[in-house]
Parts: sequence; C-alpha cells; structure tokens
Amino acid sequence: MSPRPGFVLEVDGSSPPTLFWHGERLSLEQLPPGSRVIYPPEPIDPLQDPVTAIRAALTHPVGDRDPLPALLVPGMKLTIAFDDISLPLPPMERPDIRQLVIEEVLDLAAGAGVDDVALVAALALHRRMTEPELRHALGDRIYDAFAPFGLLSQHDAEDPTNLVHLGCTSRGEDVEINRRAAESDLLVYVNINLVTMDGGHKSVATGLASYKSLRHHHNPATMQASRSFMDQHRSELHSSNWRMGRLIAESGITVFQIETTLNNDTFPGAFRFLQKREWEWRGKDRLGYLAASKALDGTPPRLARRIFHSVRAPHRLTSVQAGEVESVHELTTAQVWRQQGVVVEGQTDILTMGLPYISPYNVNSILNPILVACLGLGYLFNLYRNKPLVREGGVVIMTHPTPWAFDPVHHPSYIDFFEEVLSETTDPTLVAERFEESYATDPWYIHLYRTGHAYHGVHPFYMWYWCAHALSHLGGVIVVGGDPKAVRRLGFRPASALEDALEMAKDVVGPTPTLTHLHAPPLLMADVQ
Amino acid sequence: MTRVRQALAGKQLFVTGATGFLGTALVERLLRAVPDSRVVLLIRPGRRSDASQRASREILRNDCFDRLRAIHGDRFDAEVSARVTAIAGDVTLDGLGLDAMGMQLLSECDLVVHSAAAVAFDSPLDAAVEINLLGPSRVAAAVVAARSLARSQGRRGPVHYLPVSTAYVAGTHQGEAAERVLGHDRFTIDVDWRSEVDAARRSRSDADAESRRPKALAGFTSEARRELGPAGIHLLAGRAERLREEWVRKQMVTAGQSRAQSLGWPDAYPYTKAVGERALVSEFAPTVPMTIIRPSIIESALAEPRPGWIRGFRMAEPIIVSYAKGLLREFPGVPEGVIDVIPVDLVAAAILAVGAEELLNAVDPAAVDPAAGRRAASAADPAPPSDDPAPIEPSVYHVASGVRNPLHYGRLVELVQTWFTDHPIYDGDGQPIVVPAWSFPGRGRVQRQLTRANQAMGAAERIFGSLPLRGRRAAWIAALEERHLLVERALGYVELYGAYTETEARYRVDRLMGLWDRMDGDDRATLCLDPASVDWDRYVTDIHLPSVVEHARVKMTPGRSAQPGRTARSRSAVLSPERQLAAFDLENTLVASNVVDSFAWLASRHLPPAERITFVSELVRQAPTLLLLDRRDRGDFLRSFYRRYEGAPANRLRDDAWELFNDLLLAKSFPAGIARVRKHRALGHRTVLITGALDLVVEPLRPLFDDVVCARLSEAEGRFTGRLGELPPIGEARALLLAEYARAEGLRLEQSMAYADSSSDLPMLEVVGYPVAVNPEAKLAAIARRRGWLVEHWDKAPGGSRPLLPLGPFDRRRHRSPAAPTATTSLSAAALSASARRTAHVQRP
Repeated sequence: MSPRPGFVLEVDGSSPPTLFWHGERLSLEQLPPGSRVIYPPEPIDPLQDPVTAIRAALTHPVGDRDPLPALLVPGMKLTIAFDDISLPLPPMERPDIRQLVIEEVLDLAAGAGVDDVALVAALALHRRMTEPELRHALGDRIYDAFAPFGLLSQHDAEDPTNLVHLGCTSRGEDVEINRRAAESDLLVYVNINLVTMDGGHKSVATGLASYKSLRHHHNPATMQASRSFMDQHRSELHSSNWRMGRLIAESGITVFQIETTLNNDTFPGAFRFLQKREWEWRGKDRLGYLAASKALDGTPPRLARRIFHSVRAPHRLTSVQAGEVESVHELTTAQVWRQQGVVVEGQTDILTMGLPYISPYNVNSILNPILVACLGLGYLFNLYRNKPLVREGGVVIMTHPTPWAFDPVHHPSYIDFFEEVLSETTDPTLVAERFEESYATDPWYIHLYRTGHAYHGVHPFYMWYWCAHALSHLGGVIVVGGDPKAVRRLGFRPASALEDALEMAKDVVGPTPTLTHLHAPPLLMADVQ
Repeated sequence: MTRVRQALAGKQLFVTGATGFLGTALVERLLRAVPDSRVVLLIRPGRRSDASQRASREILRNDCFDRLRAIHGDRFDAEVSARVTAIAGDVTLDGLGLDAMGMQLLSECDLVVHSAAAVAFDSPLDAAVEINLLGPSRVAAAVVAARSLARSQGRRGPVHYLPVSTAYVAGTHQGEAAERVLGHDRFTIDVDWRSEVDAARRSRSDADAESRRPKALAGFTSEARRELGPAGIHLLAGRAERLREEWVRKQMVTAGQSRAQSLGWPDAYPYTKAVGERALVSEFAPTVPMTIIRPSIIESALAEPRPGWIRGFRMAEPIIVSYAKGLLREFPGVPEGVIDVIPVDLVAAAILAVGAEELLNAVDPAAVDPAAGRRAASAADPAPPSDDPAPIEPSVYHVASGVRNPLHYGRLVELVQTWFTDHPIYDGDGQPIVVPAWSFPGRGRVQRQLTRANQAMGAAERIFGSLPLRGRRAAWIAALEERHLLVERALGYVELYGAYTETEARYRVDRLMGLWDRMDGDDRATLCLDPASVDWDRYVTDIHLPSVVEHARVKMTPGRSAQPGRTARSRSAVLSPERQLAAFDLENTLVASNVVDSFAWLASRHLPPAERITFVSELVRQAPTLLLLDRRDRGDFLRSFYRRYEGAPANRLRDDAWELFNDLLLAKSFPAGIARVRKHRALGHRTVLITGALDLVVEPLRPLFDDVVCARLSEAEGRFTGRLGELPPIGEARALLLAEYARAEGLRLEQSMAYADSSSDLPMLEVVGYPVAVNPEAKLAAIARRRGWLVEHWDKAPGGSRPLLPLGPFDRRRHRSPAAPTATTSLSAAALSASARRTAHVQRP
C-alpha cells in the first residue's frame, strides 16, 4: 500500500479526541465540532539502497557542475562542510545521512589522491557540537581520522583570522565566510533538507558566514518581508541568501552541493502512535499513548526531557541530489513538498498547535520560553505556502508548559535577553534597535560561543525576529498550560485549559470562530488555497 | 509675666543630661516659656564630636524644638546660640571634668538641674554606681566649688541645686511613700554608700579576672568558633574578646540586679538612685541648698511641645510594640495595680516651678510656703555646719500620678488591646497581626513559659546550625535565631519590668499639689504640672500609642509595602555607580560546585569503567573526613587536598579543564551571579575573582572578570607537584590580597563589594564597605542578618543539565582499541594509525 497523502479532518460528533503535544507531555483534547485537523502525509517510501543512490548523485550531478570524481585532483585543497546538530529533528538513528554521504566523498577523494581534506561543521552562530554529537553525525571512523589532527573544525564566526570578506552584493550586503572554505579548490556542502527553508545558497551563505554577513538577512525587516520564509520564492530571507550565494560563486568558489531529503518517519517503536491518525489507533497505539502519557505525567520534567532527547528518529533517505546549488535545490524542494505538502482550503480564525519538546536550537537541552515562541510562531506558523493558515488578526493557541527555565551552557544570552530585553519591549524592531548590537558584540557571550557550547549572544534576537511575521499578523497568542509569568513576559496570554483559551480567543476573533489544528510533528507544509 | 516665670526671667540654668528625654524637654520648655532665660548644658564630648556639636545635633535638632523653631523662624539659630551654651564635662568624673572656663560658667548660673542618669533598668552595676550613685554628689561638689568661686568674685553663685531622682527609690512594695528624704520609713535598709561604691568597683575587677581564666577564655574561643566557623584566627580572636567583654558586662548587670533585689529594690536603677540620694543628702545637704525631684515612669508628652512627643525608646514602648507584634503572648501584672506613669512635660514644668520657687525663696524666705524648704531641726544630724548654721533636710517632690489620678494596669492593658485591635500592625505579607488578650498570670508562670520556649529554640538552633545547610534554608535558621532573640528579649522584659506592673506603692504628691495651689492661672496654663490634668483614656489612645507606633516605624497599613524593601535598597546601594570594586568568591557564590567536584571530574575524565567505580567509592568514603577538615580550616584543607594532583599531567588537565567548565561549572552556575558580575563591569566597577580554586579550573572564567586571583599548583617536568605555588587566597589571606589589590589599583575598600557564601570568607567580607552574602551557610546567614548585609539567593539555572555525580563524561571510544582503519584518504589512514598509537589512558592524579 502506498503512503497516503496529507489529510484535513473535519471534526464531528464521532471524531476521537486529538493528540496535543505539551512539551515533554501529551494530552488528548476534544476539539469543537466543525474544527479542522491537518495531518501530514504518511512517510513516503525511502530509497532502497542509499549508498548506491549517493554514488549515483555524486557521479551524475545536476546543473552546471562536473561529476565529483572529475573535480578531485591530487594536491588540491578540499573542504567538506556539513549541516550541524540542528538537523534533522529528532536526530536520526545511526548511521546519520551525513556520515554516509561524507564517507562516499572521502572515498572518492582518497581514490583521487587528495591529501588536503578538512571537515567543517557549518554552525553559523549556533553552538559548537560536542564530541558525541560529532561522532553521531559523522561516524566514529571519520571522527577519529580527522578530529585528533585538527582537521575537523567547527565554523567560528568570531575568529577574524579564519574569515574572508568576499565583497558586497548589489544591495550592499557583506559576504564574509569561513576562510578555509573560501580558499579551497572545492567546497563540498553536505546538507539535510528537513524543511523547505533549508539548503540552497543558504547552506554556505548562512552556515559558514559571520555576524557581519548574517545581520543583513537575519533582521526584523527581512523576516517581515518573508511570507513565508518556508517559501523560497516569496522569502526575502532567501532572496538575500541567493544574492550572496551568487556572489560566492562569482568569487571563484566552486561549491559542490549535496542535498538530501528524509521521509517524515519521526518516532520509533513505542512512540509510533504519535504519527498515526487518532481514529486509526489500534489497541497497541492506545496502550502506547496511555503508557506514555501516564508515565510522563509522573516523571520529573528533567527526566522526561532526557528520555525524549534520547529518541532517535527512524528517518530514511528519500532523495539525494548533487551538483550546482540552485539546480540541486529545486529538486530538493520538490522532494520536501512531496513528503510534507497538504492542500488546505481557506484560512482559519484560530490555529491551535501542540508544541513538542524539541526545536532546531535545543537538541540535548531545554526548550526555553524564547524557543517556545520561535517554534510556534517562527516555525509552525510559517509552514505554509500562499497564505498563512490563520487569517490576519486571528489567534494562535499553543500548548506547552513554557517553564521559566534555560540551559546555562547552551543559552546563556537567552537568560539575559529574557530578563533584560523582553521585560522592556517585545516589538522585534525596537528589540533590534535598542539591544542587538550590545548582545552581538558582548565579549563574554563571544567567549562562550567560541570556547564552549553556547549559542552566539545575538541568537535569541534571531529567534525573536523569526516570530516577527506572526507577531504582526496575529491578533493574539495564547499559551495553554504555560508558566503564566514566563508567558506574559513573552507578551502572550496564559490559559490553564484549551477550553479557556478558546473562550479567550473569541474575544479577539468573534463568537463563532473557525478552528484549525496543526497536527505536527511529523512536519507538514500547508498549501493554503 | 507671672510669678514663676518672673522668678526665672533673666536667670541662667545649668543642666546635665540635656541629651536625655527629660533634659531635652526641660531645655526646650525653659527657652520657650521663659523668653529671657539662658542655659548652660554639661555635655560629654563624643568620640567624633565636641560638646557644642552634640548639643546642636542631639538636642537642638530634635523634633522637640520644632515648635520653638516655628516661633522664631529664621532667627532660631541666633536666638538659640545667644541663650544656650554647651560645655564639655562628664558626671562620672570628679569635678565633672570641667575646665576653668566651665567652672566659671557654672558659677554664673542661678539654678543647677542634674538630670543625667543611667536610666536603663539593666545597666551594669558599676556604670549605674558611677552615674546614678556618685553623679548627684559630684554635681553637688561642683556646685560647692562654683559657689566659692562666685563668692571670691563677689557674686552669689548657684542659688539652688535640683537633682532629679526617681519615685521608685522608695521601692515598689505596698504602702504610701511620702515626699521626704529616705531613711524616714521602715522600708529602706540603711547601707553605707561608700562600701556600695567600693563593692561595685571591686566586682568589675573580679568579673574581669574571672573572665580571663584559661577555662573561661577557652570557652569564649570555642563559642566564637561555633558562631563564625573557620573565619581565621584574627576574626575569631576579635570575636572571642568581644564575647569576653559581653560576658563581663552581663556579670555586672546580674551583680546590679542581685544587689538591688537583696536590698529590696527591683533593679539597679532605683537602687543606685536611692543610695545616691542618701550619699548626696549625707554629704551635701548642709552645704548646698537642694530640692530632690522624684518623677515616676516618664512617658510621652501630654501637650508640650506637642502631644505625644517622645525621645528614645523607653521602658513601656518596647513592651507595647512586642505585644502589638504578637510576640508577648502574656505579661505579668496585677490588673488592680497602679502603673505610675507621668508625661514628660509635667515633669519639666514641675522642675521649673520648683526652681522658681526656690529662687524666690532664696531672695525672701518668708515670702514662700513655710513648709517648702523647711529647716529640719534635727539635732541628730552629724554633719557639721560649715557656712550655714543649721542642718537642713532637703525638700523632696514626687512628680507622679498614682495617688491623684491613678491609671490602673488592667485599664491600660484594655486600652492598648482595643487600640491595636482597631489599628493593627501588619506583618511582612501585609496581614494584620491579631493581638492576644492577656490573662494577668503571675510573673513566675510567664517566666517559666518563656524560659521553656527560649530553651527549645536554643536547642533547635544548635541542631540546625550544625547541619550543612545554605541559602534559603540557612536564612530560615537565621530567622529562627532572630525569633529566639525576641523571645530572649521578652523574657528580659518580664524579668526587668514585671516588678513595675506589679507595684502597689503609692507616691504621695502633697508637696507638688501645694506648689500647684500657689501657682496663678497664667503659670498653670504655661507650666501645667497637675497629674489630674491627664485624661488617661485619651492620653493612651490618642497621644501615647500613635507616638509609639510612629517611633517604632512599624507597618500600619495593609498590603505589601509599595516602597522598596531593605533588600532592594541594599541592592541598589551595591549597584550604585560610585562603587569601585566588586570581589567575588567562586564556589557556591557563582557556581554550585567546589574543589572536590572539580578534582573528581578531572580525575575521572579518562578513567576506564572499573577504575571509575573504585575511584567514586573511595572519594565517597573520604567525604566525611574532607568535610570536617574543610570546616576546621579551609587553608589546611586545600593544601592537603591539592596534594592529590601530584604527578598529574599539567597540559592535559589544562585541556580537560575547558570541558570541565562547560560540563560542570557552567552547568551548575548561578546565572544571576554571572549577570551580577557583568552588571558591575557595565557600571564601571572593577571586578575580581578571588578563589581558592586552581588556575586551570578558573581559566575559562577569566574573561568574565577584570582580574583573577586564584591558587596555582607548581609544576615540574610537565607534571603537577601537588604543592601550591604560594599561599592560597582564602580566609585572612583573601582579605589581605583584596586590600593590597585595592591599594595597588587606587580603589577604596569602603566603596567596594565582596560576594561570598561562607563564614570562612568573613575576613574578606569585613574589609569592604558593602559585603554581600550569597546563598550563605547557616553561620554566615546569621551574621549577615544581624549586621544587615545584603543577602542574595541565587539558584542554578532550572533548565540546565545536572549530572548526579561530578564525574567526567565516560567516553567509550577512548577505551576501545581504535576502529579498524578503512580506506579513506592516505592522510586519514595515517591519522588513524597515529591515533592508535596514542593510547589515551590517563594516570590518576
């Protein structure tokens, strides 16, 4: 039986309650009759032999690019950059697709007698990965062969000696990227394209760039002009990256882009019910839900978080394409759409979403309040093409415990951002004007970013900018079951139960609202007609 | 102008005790009621201020003078400086410590009022003796000298001496006390005042000698250690010496109380006053014309200078406030008994009226009441007449309410209870405190109850104090200690004042009423001294209690206080831009970790699984010993503990320390603490980390501070020797280092902050102007609370990952043989074999 496409359920009297994520917990909520629930398509069939597919992609590139073996010559300088810990979500079962791809690239390089090979994790301003995380992404063989010799590095956007300014785009945007990557004869970029925002020129122009370069597209104005940033053709974020990517190409840097897509097989074994449609749950699924929800209710959040963060997704490779960046990315985007696209008729007054425990920026740590906002209003809200799922002036209701809690190692500047910035204003433009520079240039944050495992000082600002489109579009945001103090600090309204939240939303959108629930994860992209 | 004021007009009064409650009221009253009078004030110079500075600051700036200030407006200062002269002197010195100029001024006065006294009911015996017993005689001797000086200059000199005593010299027992010098009734025991003075002075030296015996000294030292913990020899010695002095003082208080009680007085105050009266009368009655004024319990003003004016917290006020705060659940007393209270303005008026009468008397003895200044034809008086032919029994005036207008104790309690029910004090949470109803139990029962509570709290305090608690739990212990202190104080009140609420004596005021009868309408209006003029219900309800709560600064409005609390105020003081230097301790101040954690992490970082288990169990086994050593002396502990690093490879540990920082220190850091360091830096304060932790451990923290002072292990051939390079910056060394640092950098310690968590950091906390206790352990919490230091409770980030044990991450790869080389690039293959050669196995430090 071939996988079924996405589905929009209209809730009626006979519909079972709907599964809501609530951070590290789960609940079933009865939505009012007439509500819609959008389900993602089922996981599409993976490629049967990933290694063969990878080899084929490397030797049969798309666009104006020679096959990889032809680009490898003895004595050349080869750099392999790869996506960091933020992809995929949750981290996939071993072997990670990056390992499979890079092993193939290294095999070809070894065969061609290439000696000067370096690996770079394309962190941008993300935190440095830990040794176990790198081992997971690359495999032990690659790690042990490169790391001890300093040949496996993590991009340092604050190391002036290892950055090269390549020039400015036609719009005056600085393009400053990793020196090793820029000065290599060939830059191979290994990507995992989980959502349509990823990949393309964004891989190099963002992943290997400096703050000086990133600030041109990571700002409130760009995010306001990206409707949405998941839709490359209507996204200023992408336009800017594309201008930069072309300038990189014009600078003589040869990028051999390898993009991969995964199916949305997100949860293994006992958690399988999380990606099933409720009315199709069988005894095993109901039992799974009961066991999981009861057990999680009685588990301290810290332990529940550890359990969830140890989940490895059974994602499987659905496509791999290599060659010239733009041609590759066109194919990739189509593949992501094939897995995630759902056609939805018309907008809704109220959009509900259950927020899970994870976002791209808290792998192995806590989803702090700022990341809660970003996951709901940045990521899930923007998972649309054409029009937002929720109408202008509508309300988003998110369920998440939203504790006033931060990871001091990963998110030190978030703590201060929450205390110092959001207590003053939640307006992204004012936030940027008044506070961004001091956080971006703060020596202590820079120190922690460069030597520890901290997100860059400016990163919480980016998370807030990610919400900019939603914040200006929406009439209100309600968080169900969140810490009221933390929720209010975000500028949202707290509610203790979904019914209360619906009543509160009616004050904004009127007494007979339409309601749509985004049943994710697994992820989906709504094509709103 | 009327008779009394006419008599005082143009006269000059010499006043002692003008900084006291009655003295201030008297001076103000005189200046206001008799416009062209003047006063000379005898004032003991303070440590930092001379007599006239004290006069202007402690007397003239008191709100007592607000009314006079309003009358004179801009001319107040000129007016006052023309009429008030302050001279340096001390009633505990023979000759009052007057210089020639002072003696000259005294000789130019017409009246001498001696109101200086040690009024505390729990004064040490010797101090009470010096001031209360000998004071009146010393002043009398000075008057004698002044009179002879005046005569040598052809003037008359002081005409009359008015020593202020207390009605309670007659005791508190049942019966009436007449306005006569002591010795005429059967109640007072005749004791020789000189032996009392000698005995008091001797008991001071006896107690002092007792306190210096080896056993006693050892006791003080161990008490100091119990209180402060390992705070360093210097601080412990200082504290032990203070404890010794306190002990001696307590001995002297007890000595005073027991001597007084053995002679039938409730405490040292009336006892020393009584013996002082006898000394005065026996030595000076023949030579100095004098009238003794004996007020009862002086309380806030009825009308002058304004209703409710009071100075200082007196006898009844602390009891009333403790009651209103719900601390005194019971207080002994006889409801039918009379509590003899007299408003201060009546006493001041009485002194002036008596003084006026004596002045008139001296001019024309026949013109006044023959009873006043009556010559007692007692031939038995042994004192030989000098220049006055006949021996004289000085007049005595009671200024008391008990006979003419009694206030019954039961009524007082009722009024107080009603008032606080209508006007409750609010607790910290803004909730009204309900006052208890007193059942007038016997003194013994209340004392027993309080003693039991006192003992229970003391025991709880000792038990909890010995637990290794810190932060909010330790603050709770400090709160318990404070509560304990209050119970102790309540017990003290009951012991001290119980006698006064159970008093059944009646102090006759016949002579005072005679004086009142002779006063004309105008004088009566200006200088009201009739106890019957007090409407007790109105006085207690509308005058006294509002004044008491105002002075006690208690919370009288519901809800949480809108103005910033003490913590917020201290915090903003600490974060003021004028400050210069902020010194931080590391362990438990900025991170919830310690040297043992760091060592355990570093030592276990490269251990294979089997050895990890041995390592952990060994460390756990040693934990109690380590804890004990740390509590005893932090320096010894560090030195011995750091030996464990002997032989450890220095460079690898330095590398590992970066991982340690992220895995352990930062994960267990207090974000609010780090934010505070950054805040100080942003304010332009110099920030310095002073810690006993090792340099390699704190290296990643260096960018947070301007400077780091830490311990450093010496090294030989790339390995640590286990010995410290220099003295570790802890305890007293830390204070010295900080002081040196400040001096070198030109920063002022009084403008500096120190943040620390333990009493072993006391030396550092004490050298700065703004000490901050962070998550203090019990001892420091108690100290911080007592001294009003800012206390911060900083938590670990609730979202951080917290390893159960402080162990380095276990890394399987390092302990497996390297993976079989695969065909990657030639370089990678070389790398693989190279990594195979590096069998990473760390020797345990």
